[in-house]
Amino acid sequence: MSEGAAVPLVRIRHLHKRFGAIEVLRGIDLDVPEGQVVSIIGPSGSGKSTLLRVLMTLERPDEGSVDIAGDALYPAAQNGHGRAGEAQARRVRRHIGMVFQQFNLFPHMTALQNVMEAPVHVLGLSGHEARQQASAYLARVGLGDKLQAYPRELSGGQKQRVAIARALAMRPRLMLFDEITSALDPELVGGILDLLGDLTTERGMTMLIVTHEMSFARSSSDRVLFFDRGLIVEDAEPAVMFTAPRHDRTREFLRSVLNP
Amino acid sequence: MRLDWNWEFTLAILPELARALRITVAATLVGAALALAFGLALALLRRSPIRGLGAGTGWVVEFVRNTPLLIQIYFLFYVLPRFGLSMTPFVTGVLALGVHYSAYTSEVYRAGIDSVPRGQWEAAAALNLPRARTFFRVILPQALPPVVPALGNYVVAMFKDTPLLSTITVMELLFTAKNLGAETFRYLEPFTLVGLLFLVVSLAAAGGIRMLERRMPAYGA
Repeated sequence: MSEGAAVPLVRIRHLHKRFGAIEVLRGIDLDVPEGQVVSIIGPSGSGKSTLLRVLMTLERPDEGSVDIAGDALYPAAQNGHGRAGEAQARRVRRHIGMVFQQFNLFPHMTALQNVMEAPVHVLGLSGHEARQQASAYLARVGLGDKLQAYPRELSGGQKQRVAIARALAMRPRLMLFDEITSALDPELVGGILDLLGDLTTERGMTMLIVTHEMSFARSSSDRVLFFDRGLIVEDAEPAVMFTAPRHDRTREFLRSVLNP
Repeated sequence: MRLDWNWEFTLAILPELARALRITVAATLVGAALALAFGLALALLRRSPIRGLGAGTGWVVEFVRNTPLLIQIYFLFYVLPRFGLSMTPFVTGVLALGVHYSAYTSEVYRAGIDSVPRGQWEAAAALNLPRARTFFRVILPQALPPVVPALGNYVVAMFKDTPLLSTITVMELLFTAKNLGAETFRYLEPFTLVGLLFLVVSLAAAGGIRMLERRMPAYGA
């Protein structure tokens, strides 16, 4: 290993995932250095979301390996099963946060409680510390006046802001955003993308962003991956991806989404 | 044939029936507490990832549900003492009710748990929340409100099954009414009163459940 080539934060090798007869991921190899913002684009069903779900351990891969900061997320010896595999996965998973398309807020907790829950019960913060921190994160996402609101009292955009604050409060090194604007009313999408764009500039957080928002991918990421049928077809800087893609399949896809 | 209802006799036996009603209600409340607690434990065991434990629990639930409560009561009362385990009739009866109904409540809990969207489990996993915390603080608070009416209905059903305890000499309503009849050869008033008492308490309990149901939070996503 040459000097300066530090261990990538995410290292994926030969990753396969099947759902029954359908192979959703057909051999993914990917390195993501710490701090990089990567957008993932591609048609529905191409495996983008499945990759994020495998990284969050919500789906178990059938083959291949995922290392986070050099630690195996799916230890081969236990094959991810059993107590030891579970403990290891929990330890590695602590570096990863995720924001979902459907928000998945806890409906019986206020915005503040949603954001405080994991810092108190996973990181061991005191109630007081967690409250301070959660209030700050909620203020950061523009909801300083909604601390005591329940999810049912919030709009879709506000719910997604709470979900982002909740994920940020765990201070993950790697953040996964899974089509976080797809369930929003059109007029709310812009606000969330602005917030996401701010996050990409102000933190050294590594991000994998699955999105259908091409202008966002173009303006806010360091790197864009084009997925098709379970493979990374093209991997390029945004300028190259959107102006001079090398593959026909990429050109076809971009043409269809950019000039519908 | 004519009914010769005796009001004097009716008033005379009321205090004794009221005492018996207290025992009936006590048996129901303790039995319900056991059924709700055991049922949750069974529902949890049924989800256990430990090989065989989940399936084994399922068999136990099926066994208890598909054998008559009366036989279970007899078994606990007449057979267990042969193995050196003697309990008072009341304790035996309450335990039988609790175990029998836990098989039903466990299925209700299961339905409630299954109704919680998968995204809630996933959000908890993404936050790395410990298993127990996820279950008791994230999933269960959402699983319970929709099934409160079903759980309540089983409590009322259990109340109506308490006369079975008369067969093992628990001094509940039916047992007391039978005794009164045997002493006086008057059966009309005791059994009529017992029926009415069951009706009144059941209706009141059903009303209580409906009130509780209305007070339950409805979580929209």
